Amino acid sequence: MDMQLKVKNVTVAYDDYVAIKDVSFALKPGEIGCLLGPSGCGKTSLLRAIAGFEPVQCGEISLHGKTVSVPGNYLPTEQRRVGMVFQDFALFPHLSVEKNIAFGLKHLNAKRCDERVEELLKLVGLSHLKTAYPHELSGGQQQRIALIRAMAPRPEILLMDEPFSSMDAELREQLAREVRELLKRDGITAILVTHDQLEAFAMADAIAVLGNGELHQYDSGYNIYHNPANRFVADFIGQGVMLQASVLDEKRVETEMGVFKGELPEDCHSGQQVEVLLRPDDVIHDDNSDIKLEVIAKVFRGAEYLYTLALPSGQSILCLVQSHHNHRIGERIGIKLGVDDLAVFPVCENTETAD
Amino acid sequence: MKFSYWHTSIIATTLLLAIPLAVVVANVFVPAGEVWRHLAATVLQDYIVNSLLLMFGVAIGSLILGVGSAWLVSVTEFPGRKYFEWALLLPMAIPAYIIAYTYTGMLDFAGPVQSSLRELTGWGYGDYWFPEIRSLGGAAVMLSLVLYPYIYLLARAAFLSQSLCVLEVSRSLGNGPWCTFFHVGLPLARPAIVAGLSLVLMETLADYGTVQYFGVSTFTTGIFRTWYGLDNAPAAAQLAAMLLLFVVVLVTLERISRRQSRYYNTGKRTQPLQRLKLVGRGRVAASLFCFAILLSGFLLPAAQLASWAINTYQTMIDARFVTLFFNTLELAAISTALALVIALLLNYGRRLQPTRGIRFAVRAAGLGYAIPGTVIAIGVVIPFGWFDNTLDSWMRAQFDVSTGLLLSGTIAALVFAYMVRFLAVSLHAVESGLERITPSMDEAARAMGEKPLGILGRIHIPMLKGSLITALLLVFVDVLKELPATLILRPFNFNTLAVRAYELASDERLADSSTAALAIVVAGLVPVILLSRSLSKTRSFAK
Repeated sequence: MDMQLKVKNVTVAYDDYVAIKDVSFALKPGEIGCLLGPSGCGKTSLLRAIAGFEPVQCGEISLHGKTVSVPGNYLPTEQRRVGMVFQDFALFPHLSVEKNIAFGLKHLNAKRCDERVEELLKLVGLSHLKTAYPHELSGGQQQRIALIRAMAPRPEILLMDEPFSSMDAELREQLAREVRELLKRDGITAILVTHDQLEAFAMADAIAVLGNGELHQYDSGYNIYHNPANRFVADFIGQGVMLQASVLDEKRVETEMGVFKGELPEDCHSGQQVEVLLRPDDVIHDDNSDIKLEVIAKVFRGAEYLYTLALPSGQSILCLVQSHHNHRIGERIGIKLGVDDLAVFPVCENTETAD
Repeated sequence: MKFSYWHTSIIATTLLLAIPLAVVVANVFVPAGEVWRHLAATVLQDYIVNSLLLMFGVAIGSLILGVGSAWLVSVTEFPGRKYFEWALLLPMAIPAYIIAYTYTGMLDFAGPVQSSLRELTGWGYGDYWFPEIRSLGGAAVMLSLVLYPYIYLLARAAFLSQSLCVLEVSRSLGNGPWCTFFHVGLPLARPAIVAGLSLVLMETLADYGTVQYFGVSTFTTGIFRTWYGLDNAPAAAQLAAMLLLFVVVLVTLERISRRQSRYYNTGKRTQPLQRLKLVGRGRVAASLFCFAILLSGFLLPAAQLASWAINTYQTMIDARFVTLFFNTLELAAISTALALVIALLLNYGRRLQPTRGIRFAVRAAGLGYAIPGTVIAIGVVIPFGWFDNTLDSWMRAQFDVSTGLLLSGTIAALVFAYMVRFLAVSLHAVESGLERITPSMDEAARAMGEKPLGILGRIHIPMLKGSLITALLLVFVDVLKELPATLILRPFNFNTLAVRAYELASDERLADSSTAALAIVVAGLVPVILLSRSLSKTRSFAK
């Protein structure tokens, strides 16, 4: 299948600072990708390189089969047919909502242009604000206008730079859902830049986890959470603890919580000391279980409690439990393990940690 | 290459604008011989003492007027407060030399005040004591009356931005409203007040018209006397350099205060200030205080000018006045347009290539606002005159053609001096407009397929329009009001409104000078209106 966006071995650098090193990934038409990483990881630089605001030092970027960026040569942004939604929305304050949306529709005649504007406004349910000016809109409304303004000229790809970062948490979730629906309905290929993993999970079909300018993993949200490719991804995404373990054979490791089965990295040999990632949702509360562990800390999160439980060896694990199971600190509660995907990492002293 | 293009043109512009300053400073090293020794032995001490005394007087006067009125209108509530809030800016419209002429006309022996006093009491000449307006003290009062708005503006903004919480903490700790003002409000506003005061003192040092008319010997009058009377360029330049030293101190003071005021920021105001409701005598006193300032700083002088103008305009508005009017207009229009073009060049250069060199050059180009017109004029006339004479003698020797005074004898020198002095004004106006166009707006437009020229036409020009008009108006009015540089640099027999008002007043034809003076005041109202409009914007914001 033809790829809508292909990023091949791309390096982006400013003077002597390398922002992105040798990154490759691709998006199918209609797919929504996400560049996820802590601040300073280079995700925005990569997005700007795709938009054509930054040149690439190595590698190649192509859109819809057409090469747009190679070292020393790149198609200017205005000829790329990209749509862009900015963190600050960048609505033109001197133009009405209608004129803002029509800004990129110069090639259409007045009637077709008006139709497109009406259509998009209806899509986001803001038809009544057609003649309003940006300063009269709420944050959420500005966000929607910025989005449909970028969508109006039917771009090859829609690029969104932290589009929800200025919203409060509740609105952010609702908007992310709305935007995903909208993009899917129109079959628009899009890339979202964010540092918020929940936003990435909610929006994206495929997530590229970036750290220190490198691509650590490019996969679905599920796999990034349950099968992190390396320690950086394991640390950055979700919560969890690393449990010490030793390799028994190609398929099994042993921990103080028992033996886990699953795929191990190829270079493991039996007897080797490794670490196993244990997510809070891998640890299931069960009053009937024989394994009883002491609660040493708890955090109330509304629907559930996050308990920290002590193992006999002194290591601790996290356990997510529905909040009507309210246990005191010091109480021993029964748990069982439900590790479906085994994530094993070599022991290392200096772990690369995410923000 | 794009980089070097911006770089070269911006650095070249800044260097060109720095010529006058460089010339004045360089002349410190040229021996002025006997003349300088003569100056040092006789009048130099007067210049320094008088300048310092004048600055001291103006500082006291403008602080009382500026801080007092700013505090009243921003923190308390009394009848007419809303009107005073903008009306207190009106005195800014009157140049100091014009208010000086007006008060002289009102208060001197033959003026209406003393005349009616004599009529009422039957006293004759010499029977009574009356304060002499034409004195150092009088000059300090005149300057205070029109310069205090600098302090008023900055102090008012500082008072309004003080977080209510800080003031409430003081109240909750048992301090009354007055105690809170003196122990919290005033200290917090101090950097802003000091910044305003340094602007006032810069204007005081730059003043020529008032001190000359009142016969007070200061640096500016000294420079004129050395230039015209003693005909000694190096000595005049050396006096100018000494004056510059004072200015440098003030500029540094202003910079430090502005930097400090950042640390005095108490965070965003979340609630509107509960204004102190003045009662009884306090209410009346507050209204009277503000009204007295307004009356003496604007209403009285404006009324006096108007009444003179009504009596004399028929004889004054003749063919000569029309020439004068169009001369002024032409000069202001050329300078304004050029200042705008340069401001655009520098600002866009900085936006597109924000290298350290360019940022520094743009800031340096805006420093001229602090330099007195007299100093700039000396710094322009010396190199331009040298250039003209050298070119002329070379051309005569080579081709037997005389080029005459190509630069120093035409309005070119004048326009150049105005650029040096007033570029900061248009630079700042364009900058604040350009700041509103965020880089992501440019990028959004490009992503939607717009080319750079299209972005300029569809986004920048419409969004900048207001700021460009502001820049034009402000420079226009400043050029209109400028006196000392115009006096030194104008071509022979080329008059402007300001020069005409000065000449007529110097000939003791005060009533006749009123038509030109009134025209300047009316034009001076334009920036005041612009300011008061932005003031009402901050007011609604503070709500």
